[in-house]
Amino acid sequence: MTLATSPAAVDKFSAAYETFAAENASSPKWLKDVRQHAWSTFAELGLPTKRRGNELWKYTNLQPLAAADFEYSAGGSVTQDQIKATAPWDDTWNTVVVVDGKFNTELSNLHGTAGLNAGSLSEAISAGTGNVESQLASLAGREEYAFTALSTAFIDDGAYVAVDAGAELEGVVQVVFVTSDAASSRASYPRLLVDAGEGSSVVLIETHVNLSESAQFSAPVVEMFAGDGSTIRHYRIQMENEASFHLGTTRIHQLSDTNFTSTSFAVGASVARNDVHTLLDAPGASCTLRGLYMTSGSQQQDQEISTTHAKPGCKSDQYYKGILSGKSHAVFSGKVVVMRDAQKSEASQKDLNLLLSRGVEIDAKPSLEIYADDVIAAHGATAGHVDRDTLFYLQSRGVDEDAAKAILVRGFAEEMLNEFKPQALNDFVERVTDERIPILLAESDSLGTA
Amino acid sequence: MLEIKNLHASVVDIENSEILKGINLSIGKGEVHAIMGPNGSGKSTLANVLMGRPDYEVTDGSVTLDGDPILDLRADQRAHLGMFLAFQYPAEIPGVRPWQFLKAALDSKAEARGEDKMTVRNFSKLFDEKVAAVGINPDLVKRSLNEGFSGGEKKRNEMLQLEVLQPSLAILDETDSGLDVDALRIVAEGVNSMRSPERSFIVVTHYQRLLNYIKPDVVHILVKGKIVKTGGPELALEVEKNGYKTYLDAVGANA
Repeated sequence: MTLATSPAAVDKFSAAYETFAAENASSPKWLKDVRQHAWSTFAELGLPTKRRGNELWKYTNLQPLAAADFEYSAGGSVTQDQIKATAPWDDTWNTVVVVDGKFNTELSNLHGTAGLNAGSLSEAISAGTGNVESQLASLAGREEYAFTALSTAFIDDGAYVAVDAGAELEGVVQVVFVTSDAASSRASYPRLLVDAGEGSSVVLIETHVNLSESAQFSAPVVEMFAGDGSTIRHYRIQMENEASFHLGTTRIHQLSDTNFTSTSFAVGASVARNDVHTLLDAPGASCTLRGLYMTSGSQQQDQEISTTHAKPGCKSDQYYKGILSGKSHAVFSGKVVVMRDAQKSEASQKDLNLLLSRGVEIDAKPSLEIYADDVIAAHGATAGHVDRDTLFYLQSRGVDEDAAKAILVRGFAEEMLNEFKPQALNDFVERVTDERIPILLAESDSLGTA
Repeated sequence: MLEIKNLHASVVDIENSEILKGINLSIGKGEVHAIMGPNGSGKSTLANVLMGRPDYEVTDGSVTLDGDPILDLRADQRAHLGMFLAFQYPAEIPGVRPWQFLKAALDSKAEARGEDKMTVRNFSKLFDEKVAAVGINPDLVKRSLNEGFSGGEKKRNEMLQLEVLQPSLAILDETDSGLDVDALRIVAEGVNSMRSPERSFIVVTHYQRLLNYIKPDVVHILVKGKIVKTGGPELALEVEKNGYKTYLDAVGANA
């Protein structure tokens, strides 16, 4: 595979990197090495703007990002009320707030819950807390992935969530990444490190909100380590403004008998990518990856979902649903690799899409790469329209066409919305969906019905 | 109540697809009319055309409800005037609960008529009453509409909608010969309990069986898109005994 470099795009970030490296010369050596290595990787790769011959980016147009300029001005101030108005919120949750990549203690809402260490990543780095040094940037280092490298080159602060071995947390932990209001376009590199100890369990909501109206560039990187027998229920809420670029990386390492579920709700950004990889690295690990994406206007929303079955007796399940309208574009690229030793693996992949207008494009490509011989695997993808017979059924009961379509679109989403279990989170995704459906339907046309 | 004059209808965008070839029918208030006919006679098409299914195009004729022409109205507008179509195979709608759907239907109707919407509390009360009356499993109505319902459960759900919406003209499309006895009984119970001097029914069926449970006032025989004979309940018994052959021969169609 040839990867095109884009020197101009690299140049755009290099001055900022030089400044950043100089300002952080006193960081621990291991961290400076991590940054330096990541920067070299990025400088070699550049932004993946060339699509031809580049399977990972074949369907994604990054020219608008390459053409944009980002300043490094300071953002505006943020209040907790602003966050409550734009992100899911519950006072009982332990909420870590990160503004423009920096942990903010005043805006956070932490209860000192036993067994939970949640707060600033930068503090965890300087204090050498737990496994930070060995874990940070150890998973998210896929060489060919430019955004992970770029983000890693700028590792500084963010959120750190560690759950003690044996601690089964009852409440919810939320990390909110806020982009503050600013007239200029800025780049930010939100970072989250999660260390779930042996036998622990945690419910974790990762939320991305944007208080600005201008185009922002965010390349968040999340790494999660699931210790033996631990359970992580992860939710990812992506609510960027529709001018922004959001290129996210999530990497999960699972040990034996771990249970990882992740449910994504993606409605924001001009160009967004949710790149998730779970490594099932010990027997009995299972992961359930779910998501709902909704696109309108000229939005692009990519789900790049991959799982590696490295050891025997693991299970993986990917199931995503998309609702597309206007001239928007979505990609579901699901990949499951079952290594030679991973006998008795079970894997399933599914991606269902509801297309509401003729201008949309969906590229759904579930794929399985199986090197073991004792494996149960299934995959499928569909793209359909609002069913005409169903529409007539609702209309014959007195519901007009627009309301009937809204009911059917909502019904399509319902199954995924039900996956968001914490009440305040469920209320939030339902509310956003109900607000979004009229926008989707306003951009629909008769071809969205068949 | 319903006047159908010289109704001609075809499948939209398909040439020479005329199915209804001049139907004349008059249904009075409180009457139950049965429309019987062999397969392919246009019975189900008539039921769907009356409700305004967009797959069909009316090429000639008129239909009035209480004197008002309805053919230019959309299905939801016809529903607001009090029309209802019970489907033979109602659509399965994932993620939509019967409660939610019926509330939306009543709200639309109220809005169209400039009336106040029913409060959630009052609607819930009405809904629970009707669920009990129809004998539908209360757990079922918490699930997605018709999804995974058995044939009988789908029928009960149609009858639940009939009970909640209280139409003045209900059309029942029970064309299929494959309907089991339980389902027939459910439909019949629904119709019989809703029968009133203010409400009319059109029951479309292939076999006389359904009419053992629902006693029609008038029976029409529909063959090749035309009504060829009209009579009382005895006409249904005659068809049961002799089949449709004589009627098919009379219009020169192959049996």
